[in-house]
Amino acid sequence: MTEPVADQGRRLAVFLVDDHAMFRAGVRAELGVHVDVVGEAGSVTEAVSRIAATTPDVVLLDVHMPDGGGRAVLEAMRRTHPQVKFLALSVSDAAEDVIGLIRAGARGYVTKTISPDELAAAIRRVADGDAVFSPRLAGFVLDAFASRPDVPVADPELDQLTNREREVLRLLARGYAYKEIAKELYISIKTVETHVSNVLRKLQMSNRYELSRWAADRRLV
Amino acid sequence: MIAGVAGGIARHLNVPVTGVRIALVVLLGFNGLGLLLYAVFWAVLPQQAPTGAPARRDRALLLPFGAIGLGVVLLQGLLFGGDGVAGTAGWLIALIAVGAGVIWHQSDPARRGHWADQASQTPWLAAVVAESDRRSFLLRFIGGGVLVAVGVIGVLAVYAPAGNWTTVFNGVIFALVGLLGVGVVVAPLLWRTFSQLRNEREGRIREQERAEVAAMIHDQVLHTLALIQRNSGDVTQVERLARGQERALRNWLYKPSASPTERFAAALEQAAAEVEDTYAISVETVVVGDTQCDERVAALVAASREALVNAARHAGVRTVSLYAEVEDAELSVFVRDRGAGFDPDAVEDTRHGVRGSIIGRMDRHGGKAVIRTAPGEGTEVRLTLPASRDSVAAGKENAR
Repeated sequence: MTEPVADQGRRLAVFLVDDHAMFRAGVRAELGVHVDVVGEAGSVTEAVSRIAATTPDVVLLDVHMPDGGGRAVLEAMRRTHPQVKFLALSVSDAAEDVIGLIRAGARGYVTKTISPDELAAAIRRVADGDAVFSPRLAGFVLDAFASRPDVPVADPELDQLTNREREVLRLLARGYAYKEIAKELYISIKTVETHVSNVLRKLQMSNRYELSRWAADRRLV
Repeated sequence: MIAGVAGGIARHLNVPVTGVRIALVVLLGFNGLGLLLYAVFWAVLPQQAPTGAPARRDRALLLPFGAIGLGVVLLQGLLFGGDGVAGTAGWLIALIAVGAGVIWHQSDPARRGHWADQASQTPWLAAVVAESDRRSFLLRFIGGGVLVAVGVIGVLAVYAPAGNWTTVFNGVIFALVGLLGVGVVVAPLLWRTFSQLRNEREGRIREQERAEVAAMIHDQVLHTLALIQRNSGDVTQVERLARGQERALRNWLYKPSASPTERFAAALEQAAAEVEDTYAISVETVVVGDTQCDERVAALVAASREALVNAARHAGVRTVSLYAEVEDAELSVFVRDRGAGFDPDAVEDTRHGVRGSIIGRMDRHGGKAVIRTAPGEGTEVRLTLPASRDSVAAGKENAR
């Protein structure tokens, strides 16, 4: 792997935010062997104050919570603590939840059916500044940025996915790992990671109103 | 006795049945008014008085029927005699009475709501009397108002035949003022009853939804949980149950219910669900875009299903990914597993699964199937089907 040896030895500090105490306990038990769980919170206000106090590397964030949800935590923390990375961990894989959290600044999105090993790997990737894309998330993004060349966009640099990025996303959606994508497209893993990070950045910074409208349309059905 | 009208009226007005019957019989003496009223009440009264109907409103209820009845009596009297100026005046007063009765009747929402309920089998009737339709309500209100106005103008014209337009104009103005008065009096009441009805309906809908959720949880979730508890030793079985239940709930919560025979995405998801249930594996399904199903698309779905079944049976893995994309030019489906893989050249000629069900089927429908595999490398089946222009266009239209 490309990550430095020193980094590999250090255990990551992870914070759990979820309104179900049972689920927090389960995740804590599963993750205990891989990372240090430095704290947990069951509500938005609790999460905001305790994350600020513990400054973890990665926050595992639930989407749906009684007092505002993961999005409220993200919006409260992002400006004051930019070094904290957020990985959404939700039972919902509805498009508007996924896209909404990513746009608010989460670095990845995984569902709660993920296996403990995969979750630990996802946390490690997010902590390294990478993005975690599930096939489903890649599908949502492709759907949102579906080829509509006739739509005028304000900033093509930001709004449009390049062909290469689209290709990478397609392979992600087909269930390929980064390594396999690199092999398939004859590029390095680092390049694949860059493409994925760019997609994520475009998702967050895009002022393209179609994306939100698309999500809103989906909610209506 | 015949249609239970007397009993109904009696219950409605809180007076003895006998009294009503006597009144009807007595009224029969006046030009058959009793019979007429009986017929009218039969026509307009609800079949079943609303349970717990407020008794306070009863006196008010008499008014519209009184007015309508008066109008009917006068009309009926005119049919049998009366002529000249007095006859015309009678006609006009009858008109006024009927119009006023209709207007007044608007202010009784319980009655109208009941009519609407009764008329639910005949939609056009419901549209006329339903309280939810403001336009029809307005129509009726204006209709009653026009009747009143015509009557007032007519009375003026008959009794003050001045012959100049000023008088008629004044008459019209007075009629309008009268109408406005009625409107002002009735409007707050109407507004209140409207909002009451709305709240009531919203409450009913909420209650219905809650009952539906409760029924669903009882029928599916609780039973699945019970089964999981009883099979807690059998991991495969537990996973199968949990996955099936998760999918059912997810579809119920987030998915628009589309018919698998009509939509490509729904058909593909159904095929994946069947394979999941049959072979106890999980299929990670991602579908981008959607289109209308036709014969060729159905063939593509069938070939995808076959590829999923092959992966489930031979790859020896727990997860298979299925990715489908609808583009302007073509539909593509990828079925991929990270399992055993095989050597395509070593497959015996007697095995027809891949050759017949996947490659042959795609060929017949103008598509293409490519299988990439090697022992230990996993397998990916790539299916592509050129889209016929119209089916893609129709799909996009429906998606909006």
